[in-house]
Amino acid sequence: MSKIVAKTGNESMAEAMRQINPDVVAAYPITPSTEIVQIFSSYVADGLVDTEFLAVESEHSAMSACIGSAATGARTMTCTASQGLALMWEMLYIATGLRLPIVIAGVNRALSAPINIHCDHSDTMGIRDSGWIQIYSENAQEGYDNLIQAVKIAEECCLPAIVTTDGFIISHGMESMKLLEDKEVQDFIGDYKAPYTLINPQKPITVGALDFTDYYFEHRRSTAEAVLQAKDKIIKVSQEYSHLSQRKYELFEEYRLDDAQMAIVVLGSTAGTAKVVIDELRSKGIKAGLLKIRVYRPFPAEELAIVLSKIPAVAILDRADSLSTMGGPVFIDIKSALYNLEKRSKLINYIYGLGGRDTTLHHIREVYQDLQNILDTGKIAQSIKYLGVRE
Amino acid sequence: MGNLVEIRWHGRGGQGAKTAALLFADAALNEGKNVQAFPEYGPERMGAPVQSFNRISDDPINIRCGIESPQVVVVLDPTLMNIVDVTAGLPEDGILLINTSEEPSEVRKDKSVSGRRIFTVNASLISKESIGRDIPNTPMLGALIKATGLINYERMLKDTKAKLEKKFKSKPEMIDGNIKAIQRAYEEVKSE
Repeated sequence: MSKIVAKTGNESMAEAMRQINPDVVAAYPITPSTEIVQIFSSYVADGLVDTEFLAVESEHSAMSACIGSAATGARTMTCTASQGLALMWEMLYIATGLRLPIVIAGVNRALSAPINIHCDHSDTMGIRDSGWIQIYSENAQEGYDNLIQAVKIAEECCLPAIVTTDGFIISHGMESMKLLEDKEVQDFIGDYKAPYTLINPQKPITVGALDFTDYYFEHRRSTAEAVLQAKDKIIKVSQEYSHLSQRKYELFEEYRLDDAQMAIVVLGSTAGTAKVVIDELRSKGIKAGLLKIRVYRPFPAEELAIVLSKIPAVAILDRADSLSTMGGPVFIDIKSALYNLEKRSKLINYIYGLGGRDTTLHHIREVYQDLQNILDTGKIAQSIKYLGVRE
Repeated sequence: MGNLVEIRWHGRGGQGAKTAALLFADAALNEGKNVQAFPEYGPERMGAPVQSFNRISDDPINIRCGIESPQVVVVLDPTLMNIVDVTAGLPEDGILLINTSEEPSEVRKDKSVSGRRIFTVNASLISKESIGRDIPNTPMLGALIKATGLINYERMLKDTKAKLEKKFKSKPEMIDGNIKAIQRAYEEVKSE
């Protein structure tokens, strides 16, 4: 039985954490994710959860404490954004290497400098090679749903996972959403039983051992294998959750894509705005569609290639710049994913919404107009563009 | 989303523009509507002009960008009329609701507002007399419902009362004061 409530993205994630009732949360507040920590710490104070809450002195310490906690077999979570995630960076790789299923409730925010508290995806794109499972959410509902799923996904894969919503746009925007019952969430995630724990005298192990030329490579290879196998596990957990919630979750969402001649690929809240423009264009007979990437790591390359190869003109929208001169990270990934196909779509890239710059219906219409021009002329005038910037 | 209604609230930092948008969204949610409520996050200073927003619809709301042309604008502080273009993006048939002691015709003349339907209510006075403080956002909810007919008045009153009873268990005078403020604003709001 689902309850309809109005919640902000941060409230929805804090509520998911209450229902998950993790063993340990170690966190340090940072805008725009502060409220998640703040609300959750009040749940701890009010005795609504059994969680051991550690208020640490930095995000580096938060992730370090999470690693120590998860190594003992405790279900462990934290929350962060932007500079906080950047400060965790060193420890994020250790969490992956030690195969610890820590879950971050994250909020996407730009990186300094210049200092900015608003949304873009630079923070999480900066950890894209860390081995963390990365799930992006379009709205508060998805933030809630994805966070619950991430606990089970991380534990089944023995890999850490981060779920994010777009800073302020979702984290501080209140909207209608549905909640599961506490028991439904508990039954779904089940009890966590770590395959190895630091404090089991019956089965003693070493964690974080020195690993030189003899075995380091094999351990990294096995981590790569874990990430490879994660995709099927994510699909399985998402199917189970879709069944439970009656809300469909897959690696990515296809919106009016079946017969589309042109499509936008995007992550996060802008997908919603694009859907409005697509409905508008479809009512005029223009075959526009959307592909919203939900699971960005592991990257669903083969699955995306199958879908996108049928669409002649595709615009990839990146809310982060890679500063590589090759476009944004999602663009680079998709280009690679399509390279070996015999028939390749025409791809263009837009860097948009940096530092929270509003991406409006006009901007999305402009992208589809550019795609229409590509369809009409068969030519790409400029393959990497900046959407909504003053130049 | 043919039935989508967008609202922009103008207030000053600390005046409750964000809370007003949240309260209104909550009331609409209780009516079974889909809602969004979000503030504009600029530099946060007490007294500085701020905005907040609502979207209300019978259908699910997908759009996630700012609101450029709201059908309804609510002004919580009349002094903002001189320093902010509160009619920006408001269409000719849009609704402009202002907390002021002036009549709609006076506002139209003083601020040379063309078109639009102007509504005024002295929410600050009502708030002072009913609650004892100038917190215009609660009475403005009553005026907004009268001006727009967006949600059911009786039901909203009942829901708000239930919510206030929870919040002000130890201060029953706050419950009656707030409810009275909403009722008075609903009755006293003036149109041209």
